[in-house]
Amino acid sequence: MLTKRIIPCLDIKNGRTVKGVNFLELRDAGDPVELAKIYSDSGADELVFLDITATEQKRKTLADLVLRVAAAVNIPFTVGGGISSVEDVDVLLQNGADKVSINSSAVKNPQLINDLVAKFGSQCITVAIDAKEVNGEWIVHLVGGKVPTNLNLFDWAKEVEERGAGEILFTSMNHDGTKSGFANEALAKLSSERSIPIIASGGAGTIQHFCDTFIEGKSDAALAASVFHFKEIEIKDLKMEMRAQDIEVRL
Amino acid sequence: MKIAIINYGAGNIQSIKFALQRHGYEGVLTSDADEIRAADRVIFPGVGEASSAMRKLKATGLDKIIPELTQPVLGICLGMQLMCKHSEEGDTTGLGIFDVDVKKFTGNVKVPQIGWNHIYNLKSSLFEGIREQEYIYLVHSFFAPACEEAIATTEYGVEYASALKKDNFYGVQFHPEKSSNAGEQILENFLALQPPKEEWNLNTQY
Repeated sequence: MLTKRIIPCLDIKNGRTVKGVNFLELRDAGDPVELAKIYSDSGADELVFLDITATEQKRKTLADLVLRVAAAVNIPFTVGGGISSVEDVDVLLQNGADKVSINSSAVKNPQLINDLVAKFGSQCITVAIDAKEVNGEWIVHLVGGKVPTNLNLFDWAKEVEERGAGEILFTSMNHDGTKSGFANEALAKLSSERSIPIIASGGAGTIQHFCDTFIEGKSDAALAASVFHFKEIEIKDLKMEMRAQDIEVRL
Repeated sequence: MKIAIINYGAGNIQSIKFALQRHGYEGVLTSDADEIRAADRVIFPGVGEASSAMRKLKATGLDKIIPELTQPVLGICLGMQLMCKHSEEGDTTGLGIFDVDVKKFTGNVKVPQIGWNHIYNLKSSLFEGIREQEYIYLVHSFFAPACEEAIATTEYGVEYASALKKDNFYGVQFHPEKSSNAGEQILENFLALQPPKEEWNLNTQY
Protein backbone atom coordinates (compact mmCIF):
# COMPACT_ATOMS: atom_id res chain seq x y z
CA MET A 1 0.00 0.00 0.00
CA LEU A 2 1.09 3.54 -0.72
CA THR A 3 1.87 5.27 2.57
CA LYS A 4 0.69 8.66 3.81
CA ARG A 5 3.48 11.23 3.69
CA ILE A 6 4.75 13.52 6.46
CA ILE A 7 6.34 16.67 5.04
CA PRO A 8 8.20 19.28 7.11
CA CYS A 9 8.23 22.69 5.41
CA LEU A 10 11.25 25.00 5.67
CA ASP A 11 10.81 28.71 5.00
CA ILE A 12 13.90 30.14 3.30
CA LYS A 13 15.14 33.69 2.95
CA ASN A 14 18.46 34.52 1.28
CA GLY A 15 19.45 30.88 1.51
CA ARG A 16 18.76 30.59 5.26
CA THR A 17 15.86 29.20 7.28
CA VAL A 18 13.53 31.92 8.49
CA LYS A 19 11.31 30.69 11.27
CA GLY A 20 13.16 29.91 14.45
CA VAL A 21 14.07 26.31 14.96
CA ASN A 22 14.73 24.52 18.21
CA PHE A 23 17.32 21.92 17.38
CA LEU A 24 20.14 21.66 19.88
CA GLU A 25 22.06 19.37 17.54
CA LEU A 26 22.26 22.05 14.84
CA ARG A 27 25.67 23.65 14.59
CA ASP A 28 24.26 26.37 12.38
CA ALA A 29 20.62 27.01 13.25
CA GLY A 30 19.97 28.84 10.01
CA ASP A 31 21.44 26.26 7.65
CA PRO A 32 18.62 24.64 5.66
CA VAL A 33 20.86 21.79 4.52
CA GLU A 34 21.73 20.69 8.03
CA LEU A 35 18.09 20.89 9.08
CA ALA A 36 17.01 18.97 5.97
CA LYS A 37 19.42 16.17 6.82
CA ILE A 38 18.11 15.93 10.37
CA TYR A 39 14.55 15.66 9.08
CA SER A 40 15.42 13.04 6.51
CA ASP A 41 17.27 11.00 9.16
CA SER A 42 14.33 11.29 11.55
CA GLY A 43 11.85 9.77 9.09
CA ALA A 44 10.38 12.67 7.10
CA ASP A 45 9.03 11.33 3.80
CA GLU A 46 9.64 14.47 1.81
CA LEU A 47 10.66 18.09 2.34
CA VAL A 48 9.31 21.38 1.06
CA PHE A 49 11.46 24.50 0.79
CA LEU A 50 9.44 27.67 0.51
CA ASP A 51 11.57 30.60 -0.60
CA ILE A 52 10.37 34.04 0.47
CA THR A 53 13.40 35.99 -0.73
CA ALA A 54 12.40 39.08 -2.67
CA THR A 55 15.78 40.33 -3.85
CA GLU A 56 17.42 40.39 -7.26
CA GLN A 57 19.82 37.61 -6.25
CA LYS A 58 16.92 35.35 -5.42
CA ARG A 59 17.30 32.97 -8.33
CA LYS A 60 20.97 32.29 -7.90
CA THR A 61 20.82 31.91 -4.11
CA LEU A 62 17.93 29.48 -4.41
CA ALA A 63 19.60 27.44 -7.16
CA ASP A 64 22.74 27.17 -5.03
CA LEU A 65 20.72 26.01 -2.05
CA VAL A 66 18.88 23.41 -4.13
CA LEU A 67 22.18 22.02 -5.33
CA ARG A 68 23.50 21.74 -1.77
CA VAL A 69 20.30 20.05 -0.56
CA ALA A 70 20.36 17.58 -3.46
CA ALA A 71 23.94 16.69 -2.61
CA ALA A 72 23.16 16.00 1.04
CA VAL A 73 19.68 14.51 1.22
CA ASN A 74 18.41 11.14 -0.04
CA ILE A 75 14.67 11.79 0.11
CA PRO A 76 12.62 13.85 -2.36
CA PHE A 77 12.13 17.58 -1.97
CA THR A 78 9.95 20.28 -3.48
CA VAL A 79 10.90 23.92 -4.00
CA GLY A 80 8.37 26.75 -4.11
CA GLY A 81 8.09 30.50 -3.73
CA GLY A 82 7.98 33.06 -6.50
CA ILE A 83 8.46 30.59 -9.35
CA SER A 84 6.89 32.12 -12.43
CA SER A 85 8.46 30.77 -15.61
CA VAL A 86 9.61 27.67 -17.45
CA GLU A 87 13.20 28.92 -17.08
CA ASP A 88 12.86 29.21 -13.28
CA VAL A 89 11.69 25.61 -13.09
CA ASP A 90 14.36 24.36 -15.48
CA VAL A 91 17.15 25.77 -13.30
CA LEU A 92 15.70 24.26 -10.10
CA LEU A 93 15.17 20.79 -11.59
CA GLN A 94 18.62 20.86 -13.20
CA ASN A 95 20.07 21.59 -9.78
CA GLY A 96 18.39 18.54 -8.27
CA ALA A 97 14.92 19.55 -7.05
CA ASP A 98 12.43 16.70 -7.49
CA LYS A 99 9.34 18.87 -7.73
CA VAL A 100 8.47 22.55 -7.85
CA SER A 101 5.35 24.19 -6.52
CA ILE A 102 3.74 27.19 -8.11
CA ASN A 103 1.01 29.33 -6.58
CA SER A 104 0.25 32.96 -7.56
CA SER A 105 1.90 32.61 -10.95
CA ALA A 106 -0.53 29.80 -11.84
CA VAL A 107 -3.54 31.93 -10.85
CA LYS A 108 -2.26 34.88 -12.89
CA ASN A 109 -1.31 32.70 -15.85
CA PRO A 110 -2.98 29.26 -15.76
CA GLN A 111 -1.34 28.34 -19.08
CA LEU A 112 1.95 28.14 -17.13
CA ILE A 113 0.73 24.82 -15.65
CA ASN A 114 0.26 23.36 -19.14
CA ASP A 115 3.63 24.69 -20.30
CA LEU A 116 5.47 23.23 -17.31
CA VAL A 117 3.71 19.87 -17.59
CA ALA A 118 4.49 19.66 -21.30
CA LYS A 119 8.16 20.37 -20.70
CA PHE A 120 8.86 18.54 -17.42
CA GLY A 121 5.94 16.13 -16.87
CA SER A 122 3.06 16.15 -14.36
CA GLN A 123 5.04 14.29 -11.72
CA CYS A 124 7.19 17.30 -10.81
CA ILE A 125 4.56 20.05 -10.92
CA THR A 126 2.72 20.78 -7.66
CA VAL A 127 0.17 23.58 -7.57
CA ALA A 128 -0.13 25.24 -4.16
CA ILE A 129 -3.51 26.79 -3.37
CA ASP A 130 -4.12 29.14 -0.43
CA ALA A 131 -7.82 29.49 0.31
CA LYS A 132 -10.00 31.08 2.95
CA GLU A 133 -13.57 30.17 3.86
CA VAL A 134 -15.63 33.36 3.60
CA ASN A 135 -19.40 33.17 4.27
CA GLY A 136 -19.39 29.44 3.63
CA GLU A 137 -17.45 29.64 0.38
CA TRP A 138 -13.81 28.68 -0.08
CA ILE A 139 -12.11 31.53 -1.98
CA VAL A 140 -8.59 31.26 -3.41
CA HIS A 141 -6.26 33.96 -2.04
CA LEU A 142 -2.88 35.28 -3.14
CA VAL A 143 0.12 36.79 -1.36
CA GLY A 144 -0.05 34.49 1.63
CA GLY A 145 -3.80 34.85 2.00
CA LYS A 146 -3.92 38.63 1.86
CA VAL A 147 -5.44 39.17 -1.56
CA PRO A 148 -8.71 37.46 -2.51
CA THR A 149 -9.34 36.29 -6.07
CA ASN A 150 -12.65 35.48 -7.69
CA LEU A 151 -11.76 31.79 -7.84
CA ASN A 152 -13.55 29.10 -5.89
CA LEU A 153 -11.17 26.53 -4.35
CA PHE A 154 -12.92 23.47 -5.80
CA ASP A 155 -13.31 24.97 -9.29
CA TRP A 156 -9.69 26.06 -9.35
CA ALA A 157 -8.51 22.63 -8.14
CA LYS A 158 -10.46 21.02 -10.98
CA GLU A 159 -8.88 23.34 -13.52
CA VAL A 160 -5.42 22.74 -12.06
CA GLU A 161 -5.87 18.97 -12.44
CA GLU A 162 -7.23 19.33 -15.98
CA ARG A 163 -4.21 21.41 -16.93
CA GLY A 164 -2.00 18.52 -15.85
CA ALA A 165 -0.66 19.30 -12.36
CA GLY A 166 0.60 16.21 -10.55
CA GLU A 167 -0.42 17.23 -7.05
CA ILE A 168 -2.22 19.92 -5.07
CA LEU A 169 -0.90 21.50 -1.87
CA PHE A 170 -3.92 23.07 -0.17
CA THR A 171 -3.36 25.54 2.69
CA SER A 172 -6.38 26.71 4.64
CA MET A 173 -5.85 30.33 5.67
CA ASN A 174 -8.53 29.85 8.32
CA HIS A 175 -6.50 27.12 9.98
CA ASP A 176 -2.90 28.18 9.26
CA GLY A 177 -1.10 29.13 12.47
CA THR A 178 -4.02 28.17 14.73
CA LYS A 179 -2.75 24.71 15.73
CA SER A 180 -6.38 23.61 15.90
CA GLY A 181 -6.28 20.91 13.22
CA PHE A 182 -6.44 20.79 9.42
CA ALA A 183 -9.43 21.87 7.27
CA ASN A 184 -10.62 18.28 7.02
CA GLU A 185 -14.08 18.90 5.62
CA ALA A 186 -12.74 20.89 2.65
CA LEU A 187 -9.83 18.47 2.26
CA ALA A 188 -12.15 15.44 2.11
CA LYS A 189 -14.28 17.14 -0.55
CA LEU A 190 -11.17 18.10 -2.52
CA SER A 191 -9.69 14.62 -2.25
CA SER A 192 -12.87 12.84 -3.34
CA GLU A 193 -13.48 15.21 -6.27
CA ARG A 194 -9.93 15.09 -7.58
CA SER A 195 -7.87 12.13 -8.78
CA ILE A 196 -4.43 13.61 -8.07
CA PRO A 197 -2.82 13.52 -4.59
CA ILE A 198 -3.76 16.24 -2.08
CA ILE A 199 -1.31 17.59 0.52
CA ALA A 200 -2.96 19.10 3.61
CA SER A 201 -1.40 22.24 5.06
CA GLY A 202 -2.32 24.67 7.83
CA GLY A 203 -3.45 23.90 11.36
CA ALA A 204 -1.21 21.11 12.64
CA GLY A 205 -0.92 21.28 16.42
CA THR A 206 -1.06 17.72 17.73
CA ILE A 207 -0.32 14.18 16.54
CA GLN A 208 -4.06 13.50 16.46
CA HIS A 209 -4.52 16.37 13.99
CA PHE A 210 -2.34 14.50 11.50
CA CYS A 211 -4.24 11.24 12.04
CA ASP A 212 -7.53 13.11 11.60
CA THR A 213 -6.49 14.67 8.30
CA PHE A 214 -5.54 11.27 6.89
CA ILE A 215 -8.74 9.56 8.12
CA GLU A 216 -11.40 12.31 8.00
CA GLY A 217 -9.70 14.65 5.52
CA LYS A 218 -8.68 11.78 3.18
CA SER A 219 -5.39 13.64 2.62
CA ASP A 220 -2.52 11.88 0.87
CA ALA A 221 0.15 13.84 2.71
CA ALA A 222 0.36 16.42 5.49
CA LEU A 223 2.69 19.39 5.68
CA ALA A 224 3.68 21.36 8.77
CA ALA A 225 6.43 23.70 9.90
CA SER A 226 6.56 24.95 13.47
CA VAL A 227 5.38 21.80 15.27
CA PHE A 228 8.42 20.07 13.79
CA HIS A 229 10.86 22.99 14.03
CA PHE A 230 10.10 23.49 17.73
CA LYS A 231 10.03 19.76 18.39
CA GLU A 232 6.51 19.88 19.68
CA ILE A 233 6.03 16.74 17.62
CA GLU A 234 8.73 14.17 16.82
CA ILE A 235 8.19 12.55 13.44
CA LYS A 236 8.91 9.11 14.89
CA ASP A 237 6.24 9.49 17.61
CA LEU A 238 3.79 10.77 15.02
CA LYS A 239 4.39 7.82 12.73
CA MET A 240 4.10 5.30 15.59
CA GLU A 241 0.70 6.74 16.46
CA MET A 242 -0.37 6.71 12.80
CA ARG A 243 0.50 3.02 12.62
CA ALA A 244 -1.41 2.38 15.87
CA GLN A 245 -4.45 3.95 14.18
CA ASP A 246 -4.02 1.71 11.10
CA ILE A 247 -2.83 4.51 8.80
CA GLU A 248 -0.32 3.27 6.21
CA VAL A 249 3.01 4.85 7.09
CA ARG A 250 6.71 4.35 6.38
CA LEU A 251 8.44 3.38 9.62
CA MET B 1 35.02 2.14 -11.72
CA LYS B 2 33.66 4.19 -14.62
CA ILE B 3 29.97 4.94 -14.30
CA ALA B 4 28.15 6.58 -17.19
CA ILE B 5 24.86 8.35 -16.49
CA ILE B 6 23.10 8.73 -19.82
CA ASN B 7 22.29 12.39 -20.35
CA TYR B 8 19.60 12.96 -22.94
CA GLY B 9 17.97 16.01 -21.43
CA ALA B 10 15.34 14.12 -19.43
CA GLY B 11 14.85 15.54 -15.97
CA ASN B 12 16.62 15.32 -12.66
CA ILE B 13 19.87 13.40 -13.13
CA GLN B 14 21.87 15.50 -10.69
CA SER B 15 20.40 13.47 -7.81
CA ILE B 16 21.82 10.22 -9.15
CA LYS B 17 25.25 11.77 -9.49
CA PHE B 18 25.01 13.00 -5.91
CA ALA B 19 23.80 9.63 -4.57
CA LEU B 20 26.86 8.00 -6.16
CA GLN B 21 29.12 10.68 -4.70
CA ARG B 22 27.80 10.02 -1.20
CA HIS B 23 29.16 6.48 -1.66
CA GLY B 24 32.50 7.58 -3.04
CA TYR B 25 31.75 7.03 -6.73
CA GLU B 26 31.91 9.56 -9.51
CA GLY B 27 29.34 9.28 -12.27
CA VAL B 28 29.85 10.98 -15.62
CA LEU B 29 26.86 12.60 -17.30
CA THR B 30 27.27 11.80 -20.96
CA SER B 31 25.51 11.26 -24.26
CA ASP B 32 28.71 10.14 -25.99
CA ALA B 33 28.36 6.64 -27.47
CA ASP B 34 32.01 5.66 -26.96
CA GLU B 35 32.07 6.88 -23.39
CA ILE B 36 28.87 4.95 -22.63
CA ARG B 37 30.18 1.75 -24.26
CA ALA B 38 33.46 2.00 -22.37
CA ALA B 39 31.88 2.46 -18.93
CA ASP B 40 31.80 -0.35 -16.35
CA ARG B 41 28.26 0.53 -15.36
CA VAL B 42 25.58 2.49 -17.20
CA ILE B 43 22.69 4.26 -15.51
CA PHE B 44 19.76 5.22 -17.73
CA PRO B 45 17.62 7.73 -15.81
CA GLY B 46 14.65 9.77 -16.89
CA VAL B 47 11.59 11.60 -15.71
CA GLY B 48 9.05 13.21 -17.97
CA GLU B 49 6.97 12.10 -20.91
CA ALA B 50 7.76 8.88 -22.82
CA SER B 51 7.32 9.90 -26.47
CA SER B 52 9.37 13.10 -26.19
CA ALA B 53 12.10 11.25 -24.24
CA MET B 54 12.17 8.58 -26.96
CA ARG B 55 12.50 11.28 -29.62
CA LYS B 56 15.52 12.66 -27.77
CA LEU B 57 17.09 9.19 -27.62
CA LYS B 58 16.58 8.71 -31.34
CA ALA B 59 17.95 12.14 -32.19
CA THR B 60 21.26 11.17 -30.57
CA GLY B 61 21.28 7.56 -31.81
CA LEU B 62 21.21 6.30 -28.22
CA ASP B 63 18.17 4.13 -29.03
CA LYS B 64 20.50 1.86 -31.03
CA ILE B 65 23.39 1.92 -28.56
CA ILE B 66 21.59 1.12 -25.29
CA PRO B 67 20.14 -2.30 -26.30
CA GLU B 68 23.58 -3.46 -27.42
CA LEU B 69 25.41 -2.67 -24.18
CA THR B 70 26.98 -5.65 -22.43
CA GLN B 71 27.91 -4.21 -19.04
CA PRO B 72 25.30 -3.92 -16.24
CA VAL B 73 22.74 -1.25 -17.19
CA LEU B 74 20.21 0.22 -14.73
CA GLY B 75 17.14 2.01 -16.04
CA ILE B 76 15.40 4.23 -13.50
CA CYS B 77 11.73 5.31 -13.64
CA LEU B 78 11.05 6.51 -17.20
CA GLY B 79 14.39 4.92 -18.15
CA MET B 80 13.00 1.53 -17.14
CA GLN B 81 9.75 2.17 -19.02
CA LEU B 82 11.62 3.10 -22.20
CA MET B 83 13.49 -0.23 -21.99
CA CYS B 84 10.13 -2.03 -22.39
CA LYS B 85 8.48 -2.95 -25.70
CA HIS B 86 5.87 -0.22 -25.78
CA SER B 87 4.30 2.47 -23.60
CA GLU B 88 0.71 3.68 -23.60
CA GLU B 89 2.10 7.13 -22.85
CA GLY B 90 2.14 8.90 -26.21
CA ASP B 91 1.76 5.45 -27.91
CA THR B 92 5.54 5.08 -27.76
CA THR B 93 7.60 2.21 -29.16
CA GLY B 94 10.30 1.42 -26.62
CA LEU B 95 13.76 -0.14 -26.84
CA GLY B 96 12.27 -3.64 -26.53
CA ILE B 97 14.76 -4.94 -23.97
CA PHE B 98 12.06 -6.08 -21.54
CA ASP B 99 9.23 -8.12 -23.02
CA VAL B 100 6.37 -6.11 -21.51
CA ASP B 101 4.05 -3.24 -22.47
CA VAL B 102 3.75 -0.23 -20.14
CA LYS B 103 0.16 0.73 -19.19
CA LYS B 104 -1.52 3.64 -17.41
CA PHE B 105 -2.92 3.21 -13.89
CA THR B 106 -6.70 3.06 -13.96
CA GLY B 107 -9.44 2.41 -11.42
CA ASN B 108 -9.81 3.72 -7.94
CA VAL B 109 -6.32 5.14 -7.32
CA LYS B 110 -4.85 8.64 -7.45
CA VAL B 111 -2.66 9.19 -10.51
CA PRO B 112 0.26 9.86 -10.45
CA GLN B 113 1.25 7.55 -7.64
CA ILE B 114 3.47 9.80 -5.52
CA GLY B 115 5.19 8.57 -2.39
CA TRP B 116 6.55 5.58 -0.54
CA ASN B 117 5.27 2.07 -1.23
CA HIS B 118 6.55 -1.48 -0.64
CA ILE B 119 8.63 -3.78 -2.83
CA TYR B 120 8.25 -7.55 -2.39
CA ASN B 121 8.91 -10.87 -4.17
CA LEU B 122 12.49 -9.67 -4.49
CA LYS B 123 14.37 -11.94 -6.86
CA SER B 124 17.80 -10.56 -7.73
CA SER B 125 21.18 -9.80 -6.18
CA LEU B 126 20.21 -6.18 -6.91
CA PHE B 127 18.20 -6.53 -3.67
CA GLU B 128 20.95 -8.13 -1.56
CA GLY B 129 20.42 -7.04 2.06
CA ILE B 130 17.04 -5.46 1.27
CA ARG B 131 14.13 -6.85 3.31
CA GLU B 132 10.86 -7.96 1.73
CA GLN B 133 8.31 -5.12 2.00
CA GLU B 134 11.03 -2.45 2.13
CA TYR B 135 9.80 1.09 1.41
CA ILE B 136 10.90 2.86 -1.76
CA TYR B 137 9.93 6.20 -3.33
CA LEU B 138 7.92 6.29 -6.56
CA VAL B 139 6.43 8.99 -8.78
CA HIS B 140 4.65 7.63 -11.84
CA SER B 141 1.41 7.36 -13.79
CA PHE B 142 2.38 4.41 -16.01
CA PHE B 143 3.57 0.95 -14.93
CA ALA B 144 4.96 -2.35 -16.22
CA PRO B 145 2.44 -5.14 -15.52
CA ALA B 146 3.50 -8.29 -13.64
CA CYS B 147 5.58 -10.45 -15.99
CA GLU B 148 8.28 -13.12 -16.27
CA GLU B 149 11.09 -10.58 -16.04
CA ALA B 150 9.82 -8.98 -12.80
CA ILE B 151 12.35 -9.05 -9.95
CA ALA B 152 10.25 -6.91 -7.57
CA THR B 153 6.53 -6.36 -7.17
CA THR B 154 4.52 -3.41 -5.83
CA GLU B 155 0.79 -3.02 -5.29
CA TYR B 156 -1.14 0.10 -6.31
CA GLY B 157 -4.67 -0.90 -7.25
CA VAL B 158 -2.94 -3.68 -9.18
CA GLU B 159 0.17 -5.79 -8.52
CA TYR B 160 2.81 -4.66 -11.00
CA ALA B 161 6.52 -5.09 -11.75
CA SER B 162 8.46 -2.43 -9.84
CA ALA B 163 11.76 -3.88 -11.06
CA LEU B 164 12.74 -5.89 -14.14
CA LYS B 165 15.80 -7.84 -15.22
CA LYS B 166 16.96 -9.40 -18.44
CA ASP B 167 20.56 -10.55 -18.83
CA ASN B 168 22.74 -7.51 -18.00
CA PHE B 169 19.77 -5.11 -18.08
CA TYR B 170 18.03 -4.00 -14.88
CA GLY B 171 15.17 -1.57 -14.51
CA VAL B 172 13.56 -0.07 -11.41
CA GLN B 173 10.36 1.95 -11.42
CA PHE B 174 11.22 3.58 -8.10
CA HIS B 175 13.94 6.18 -7.48
CA PRO B 176 16.81 4.50 -5.59
CA GLU B 177 18.54 7.90 -5.35
CA LYS B 178 15.51 9.23 -3.43
CA SER B 179 14.63 6.10 -1.45
CA SER B 180 16.70 6.88 1.64
CA ASN B 181 19.19 4.26 2.87
CA ALA B 182 17.44 1.31 1.19
CA GLY B 183 17.70 3.05 -2.18
CA GLU B 184 21.38 3.76 -1.72
CA GLN B 185 21.93 0.10 -0.80
CA ILE B 186 20.27 -0.92 -4.08
CA LEU B 187 22.55 1.47 -6.00
CA GLU B 188 25.56 -0.02 -4.18
CA ASN B 189 24.36 -3.51 -5.11
CA PHE B 190 24.09 -2.48 -8.73
CA LEU B 191 27.69 -1.26 -8.68
CA ALA B 192 28.80 -4.52 -7.04
CA LEU B 193 27.14 -6.80 -9.63
CA GLN B 194 29.56 -9.20 -11.25
CA PRO B 195 29.10 -9.03 -15.01
CA PRO B 196 29.28 -12.56 -16.49
CA LYS B 197 31.57 -11.29 -19.23
CA GLU B 198 33.97 -14.24 -19.40
CA GLU B 199 31.12 -16.66 -19.86
CA TRP B 200 29.87 -14.64 -22.83
CA ASN B 201 33.28 -14.46 -24.41
CA LEU B 202 33.51 -18.22 -24.09
CA ASN B 203 30.16 -18.64 -25.76
CA THR B 204 31.10 -16.47 -28.69
CA GLN B 205 34.24 -18.51 -29.34
CA TYR B 206 32.17 -21.55 -30.23
